[in-house]
Amino acid sequence: MKNLSYRYKVPLSLSAVIFATAATVSAVLGWQAYRDLRSDLIAGAESLGRTLSRALTPSMLRDEVWGAYETIVTPLDAADRGPAAQRTITVLDSRGAVFISSDPRRFPMLAPASALGPSFARLQDAVASRPGHGSAHLVDDAGRRVMVAVPILADDGARLGTVVLSYAETLFLPRLYATLGRVALSTLLVLAILVPLGWYMGKRMAVPLSGLAYAMARVGSAPRTELAAAVYRGDDEIGQLGQRFERMLEELEGKRELEKQMIVADRLAAIGRLTAGIAHEINNPLGGMMNAVNTFRHHGRGDPVALRAASLLERGLAQIRNTVGALLVEARVESHALTHEDIEDIRILIQPQLDEQATQLEWTNSLEAPVALPSTPVRQILINLLLNAVQAAGERGSVRCAVACEDAAMIIDVGNGGRGIPAGRLERLFEPFAAPDAPAAGFGLWVTYQLVQQLGGTIDVTSANPETRFVVRLPAVTEA
Amino acid sequence: MPRKKFGSNQIPRRREALRRIGGTVLAAASAPLRAQHTHDTVRIGTTAVILDDQVGFLNTWRDYLERRLGQRVRFVQRASYREITEALHADELDFAWVCGYPYAANKQFMRLLAMPLYRGKPLYQSYLIVPAADSATRGFGDLQDRIFAYSDPNSNSGFLVPQYEMLQAGLDPATLFRKSFFTYAHRKVVVAVANGVAHGGAVDGYVWETLALRSPDLTGKTRIALKSGEYGFPPLVARGTLDDRRYEAMLAVLVGMSDDPQGRELLKALNLDGFAPPDDRVFDGIVRVLRYVSLREQLPA
Repeated sequence: MKNLSYRYKVPLSLSAVIFATAATVSAVLGWQAYRDLRSDLIAGAESLGRTLSRALTPSMLRDEVWGAYETIVTPLDAADRGPAAQRTITVLDSRGAVFISSDPRRFPMLAPASALGPSFARLQDAVASRPGHGSAHLVDDAGRRVMVAVPILADDGARLGTVVLSYAETLFLPRLYATLGRVALSTLLVLAILVPLGWYMGKRMAVPLSGLAYAMARVGSAPRTELAAAVYRGDDEIGQLGQRFERMLEELEGKRELEKQMIVADRLAAIGRLTAGIAHEINNPLGGMMNAVNTFRHHGRGDPVALRAASLLERGLAQIRNTVGALLVEARVESHALTHEDIEDIRILIQPQLDEQATQLEWTNSLEAPVALPSTPVRQILINLLLNAVQAAGERGSVRCAVACEDAAMIIDVGNGGRGIPAGRLERLFEPFAAPDAPAAGFGLWVTYQLVQQLGGTIDVTSANPETRFVVRLPAVTEA
Repeated sequence: MPRKKFGSNQIPRRREALRRIGGTVLAAASAPLRAQHTHDTVRIGTTAVILDDQVGFLNTWRDYLERRLGQRVRFVQRASYREITEALHADELDFAWVCGYPYAANKQFMRLLAMPLYRGKPLYQSYLIVPAADSATRGFGDLQDRIFAYSDPNSNSGFLVPQYEMLQAGLDPATLFRKSFFTYAHRKVVVAVANGVAHGGAVDGYVWETLALRSPDLTGKTRIALKSGEYGFPPLVARGTLDDRRYEAMLAVLVGMSDDPQGRELLKALNLDGFAPPDDRVFDGIVRVLRYVSLREQLPA
């Protein structure tokens, strides 16, 4: 039973209760029918006994055995004459001996009271203790018979004898069986209705529990929406469990998301420290090397081969400086506070790119008062995001930009209707050289990320049809 | 007059006293019957010497007799032999089918009319019957301390003959049985023995044999333990006061029954061969038995 699912346990329990109830009711009805039929039998025997006792009086007075015999066999039928008689009527004289019996072989004439068995003796005593026509009856458990005794009285009330009617309980068995049959049929009908109903209700009760169990077993392996769909909602205990479970799922997912973000942030921070370290190590000798090349060009002997080589060196070293400079992002805090116009300038700055690709721009700049953020890195962030978006949007694509200030934070929201970013790339989007197919923009997002980090903000990327969206949130206070 | 003597002594004295009381009561009670009495109606009493509980048969026989006699016929049935005997004595009946014993005892007011022929002779036997399960009983001596059923205290085969046979065997009928009782009909003696109410019974042999033809189930539960000698078959008698013309007319019809098909049908239903003209000698055997039993009763125990 412990290993059985509640989907079966609850319906089975309900069915068992229904069965037990039906069986109990049937048993009570059956027992009641048995009692009723037996009382009917006793009442019938008493009624016949009184009639017989009056009819027997003359025969008893005149010692007419045959007349008495004919009187007592009149109400009996042929089946009661055989050795397996269901009904026997015996007339006892005043001393308790047999006067005549409808079954003379078992109760021969003049057989003494002592030969008739204890039931007769008990009946005789019971009748004797009752006044007048009072009758007595008993149920002979050994013989499964109902016995009724009625006194035979003379006109003056003197006792002439007793008429004893002995009925086998088998007499009412056909009626009992008919009644029991009807009870059984009704019970089966009730069961036929209640058991499927009980089963259905039991199933319904178990469904939330099994749904919860199903969902719990799949935590981690199935999407949260699928698990949430399997959980029953309600205010009962299982419903509360379901709500707790859903909350737990949410928290679990939030925690996992946070861990993922932390891993990304840690990685980016490590890369940032590494690149900064490398950039400084490169910048120190680079300055010397560039000075040396410069000196060589101005003070050399003008050998054209050497000059060409020096020019090559100078260009190469300049490219190294540019590359290292790009890696070494630093937000310069000395710039002025950000204004509405600073943002509008950027719209003008990227206009040539928009025109080149015939890109649609949806522009919302709801910045009004100056924001306490350095304008240069913010503008750098916005330019990078917009250039990225324009490039991702492609020919005749669309780009959306919204800049707003709310709740002590500035929100830069840039979206494009391009092809979107594959899920695999999303994780390493901000790392330098993460986009091998677009070396030109290799540093754009890295720089953006570094700037946002240095300004204490966050950057979120979502890439879903129809829009790839970058949202930057920078903490700031509006300068009134 | 030996007949008269028998008439007063045949029945045990107790019963004689009862008979006298009953007679007066009966005479008063049957006044309406006498008032209906006309010379046009022939009144015939029947007793359990035949299976007289067959109403359909009696109706057919009545129709037959009415046609042959040209008179209305009425069958009168009573619970016991005694009542028919007394009705005849009181001129309430013209004819009666009585037992040989009441006839032999009451010849002073009965006139023998016709003798039924059973198996070709006006004779029959008394049977001692016991339940079929009792295979040991061969005679009355085997029934000591048992329950015994007689048919009628005024029956020859159902009371007188068995008494005679017990006395002949040196047994005392008054003390032999634990208890004895009367059923007032031969057929009921067979029922009493068949159902085990009595361990033995005395029955008219003709009635038993006729029952064996009609209800073999009933007689099959009994066994004939002893058959008596032959005695005069219960005869049809006329009241002593009946005029000769009506007596002769009835005799002629009865004797002539075997000569026409319808009469033969009726005789077949009765399990009889016909009716013979009276011969009083046939009942000498019953007279002898009656005398013997009466004398024994008068002896001191």
